Amino acid sequence: MDFSFSEEQQLLRDSLARFVAREYPFEKRRAIVRSAEGFSREIWAQLAEMGLLGLTLPAAHGGFGGTAVDTLVAMQALGGGLVVEPYLASAVLGAGTVARAGTPAQRERLLPAAARGELLLTLAHGEAGARYDLAQVAARARRAGTGFVLDGRKAVVPWGAQADVLVVSARTAGAEREAAGISLFLVERAAKGVSVRGYRTIDGQRAAEVALDGVTVDAGALLGPLDEALPIIERVVDVGAAALCAEAVGVMETLNAQTLDYLKTRQQFGQPIGRFQALQHRAVDMFIHLEQSRSLALLAAVRADAEDAVERARTVSAAKAHLGRSGRLVAQAAIQLHGGMGVTDEMPASHYAKRLTMIDFQLGDADHHAARFAALG
Amino acid sequence: MDLEYTAGERAFRDEVRAFVRARLPGDIARKVLEHRRLEKDDYVRWQDILAERGWLAGHWPREFGGCGWTAVESHIFDEETAAAGAPRLIPFGLNMVAPVIMAFGSAWQKSHYLPRIRANKDWWCQGYSEPGAGSDLASLRTRAVREGDHYVVNGQKTWTTLAQHADMIFCLVRTDTTVKKQEGISFLLVDMHAPGVAVRPIVTLDGEREVNEVFFENVRVPAQNLVGEEGKGWTYAKYLLGHERTGIAGVGASKRELATLKAIARSERRNGRPLAEDPLFAARMAQVEIELIALEATVMRVLASRGSAPGPEASILKIKGTEIQQALTELMMDAVGPYAAPFRPEAMALDAEDAPVGPEYAAPLAARYFNYRKVTIYGGSNEIQRNIIAQMVLGL
Ligand SMILES: Cc1cc2nc3c(=O)[nH]c(=O)nc-3n(C[C@H](O)[C@H](O)[C@H](O)COP(=O)(O)OP(=O)(O)OC[C@H]3O[C@@H](n4cnc5c(N)ncnc54)[C@H](O)[C@@H]3O)c2cc1C
Repeated sequence: MDFSFSEEQQLLRDSLARFVAREYPFEKRRAIVRSAEGFSREIWAQLAEMGLLGLTLPAAHGGFGGTAVDTLVAMQALGGGLVVEPYLASAVLGAGTVARAGTPAQRERLLPAAARGELLLTLAHGEAGARYDLAQVAARARRAGTGFVLDGRKAVVPWGAQADVLVVSARTAGAEREAAGISLFLVERAAKGVSVRGYRTIDGQRAAEVALDGVTVDAGALLGPLDEALPIIERVVDVGAAALCAEAVGVMETLNAQTLDYLKTRQQFGQPIGRFQALQHRAVDMFIHLEQSRSLALLAAVRADAEDAVERARTVSAAKAHLGRSGRLVAQAAIQLHGGMGVTDEMPASHYAKRLTMIDFQLGDADHHAARFAALG
Repeated sequence: MDLEYTAGERAFRDEVRAFVRARLPGDIARKVLEHRRLEKDDYVRWQDILAERGWLAGHWPREFGGCGWTAVESHIFDEETAAAGAPRLIPFGLNMVAPVIMAFGSAWQKSHYLPRIRANKDWWCQGYSEPGAGSDLASLRTRAVREGDHYVVNGQKTWTTLAQHADMIFCLVRTDTTVKKQEGISFLLVDMHAPGVAVRPIVTLDGEREVNEVFFENVRVPAQNLVGEEGKGWTYAKYLLGHERTGIAGVGASKRELATLKAIARSERRNGRPLAEDPLFAARMAQVEIELIALEATVMRVLASRGSAPGPEASILKIKGTEIQQALTELMMDAVGPYAAPFRPEAMALDAEDAPVGPEYAAPLAARYFNYRKVTIYGGSNEIQRNIIAQMVLGL
């Protein structure tokens, strides 16, 4: 048994940590979040230069052929600095789907550019009312000549207004909640009939409502097998959920450190508040949540690439369910222990707490994953 | 044992209910029910309506122009108004400074300030906390030095709720630095419009402006604005804490929010069925509802046994009341799933111009969840409340 990271992974972790510390001070993050695009092209280019954007993409198409454990290393470091750049949306979900399902031609067209940071992708799958059910797809694609015409609405698409290419799921057969009949399509955001309404999210990221009204794509836009995309979506979402768990661990590490620091410096009643046992026990619980979360995030990363679908799904759901709850509790405790300062915008801790909380709302919340875990036996 | 309201209390409840139905402005109620942003004018309008009816200070004794409501009647009033979507009454004048003035104030203070509070003429705010004095309030450092018939005040208060609207602030100030820290504190009423008072906003984590820093630079306060005796401020502040009404449990508002939660859970879907029927979510809702039923009964027990001035048991009400409020905001946020994430401050206004993202009710929920983290921090944090129970009730 070996829980240690490889030399390359340690190198990646350390250089990313240095990069975040140097290039991503909190005031800069604030400015980035407020900017028109909501992320920094400059930071994005630097992440590409460091090899991050092609980390898990195939070596044949500009990537480094890494594993979900490499993604964990990256996401944990990015989480630690509360980096908002669309790494998960583009590199893990968007490009990840193309890498898994694409023809060589599709991969060659998109992946090298994505790895260079020149092309932004995202997965446009969720719909209003679908909650976290991956099979609930109402958007439709019907054949027209050799191509397809897409109609439908996609909800809370991460970075949907910034992405150049949307990986869109749509029904080519079957009823709204049926497993079979879902297909994936590559759609240019600038294509005719695509309208995107972007907005901020409460944790400083961006998302969008995407409307597809008679969007015409050619046969080459079909990504993966016709009607049988759900297993691919499930796999990519599992990899993404594992990545979110890793991010949550990174966020928690920093948030716990900030809170401990506050407990040691804030004085009330003539002593640091960390001397009060009520707060010590709360801090200890935060620490235990972090360690349990770290363990599950590692398990999820190791198994996220597993071929055994049940083992993969159960482990990822266990981790995401746990992270959802422990993230909620850690965020609540961190704010509480900061007293009034904890509810201010000025304090970085409140921003970490918000991100940690909102991770639960991406790719399935704690209730969803607990139910899925239980259903898998 | 009889756990029902008396006939008189039921008649009072019906009277309040009818009044609220007739007079609570619809736009204000919608803001409360839909969790939108309330402006100063919303509070003022509603409080004016109550003042006109003589109910703004209904819980005050008759000698000060109140209706002399019993604790149960006050509770009924809070319940009925909250259920209908009335904004909470701004407590700083009505429930905080007024009882202190009634008990310790001068004849002039009683005749000047109490009628103005009752008539909704002044907006008060509370100047206790300082950057270095939160839970450890007695270590406060804002100085007031007597010069002839004035005090000259220098220092800073913080977390002052809605100070940007305020006409008056009641402050704990240090008038003597040579004695034990609790004994050098005085209770002073300060005009927010006086030269030398400056208010600076503190932006909260939901992007709103609800609290402020208040700075005092050589502010001259007439000595007649000292409440009671110099050096007794701490005693008065503690009197006030013990006097906090059972309203801190917020049962009425929580019942209203529970109803909203249920409505949202009926309209949201999980696996093609209403979320309200999902066993996991239904169980989580049930847990909160059960806590709320218990809390309401606890409030009634306190009311029945102690009248209007609960002792340390008030800490139970504060702890459970705020935990329930937070649990409700959390469940509502969870109920809307991915649509909790969009953050559009413009959607906090009623009838925002652009179309909503997702269901209309979803927009404020995450911001509100984060905002409500405050309730276990302010008014004596829940840790401090637990310390109080440990020491005063359990004798630990
Ligand atoms: C939204 C909001 C509105 C407010 N409005 C007002 C207002 O209008 N007027 C006003 O005067 N004040 C107001 N306050 C201030 C509020 O009363 C203080 O925030 C509160 O007393 C806590 O003080 P603090 O923020 O300095 O936290 P601290 O006292 O520094 O506490 C930090 C943490 O330590 C814990 N702690 C402290 N001492 C102990 C102990 N002995 N044992 C165990 N745990 C302990 C606290 O519970 C908290 O978790 C408001 C606060 C907020 C957040």
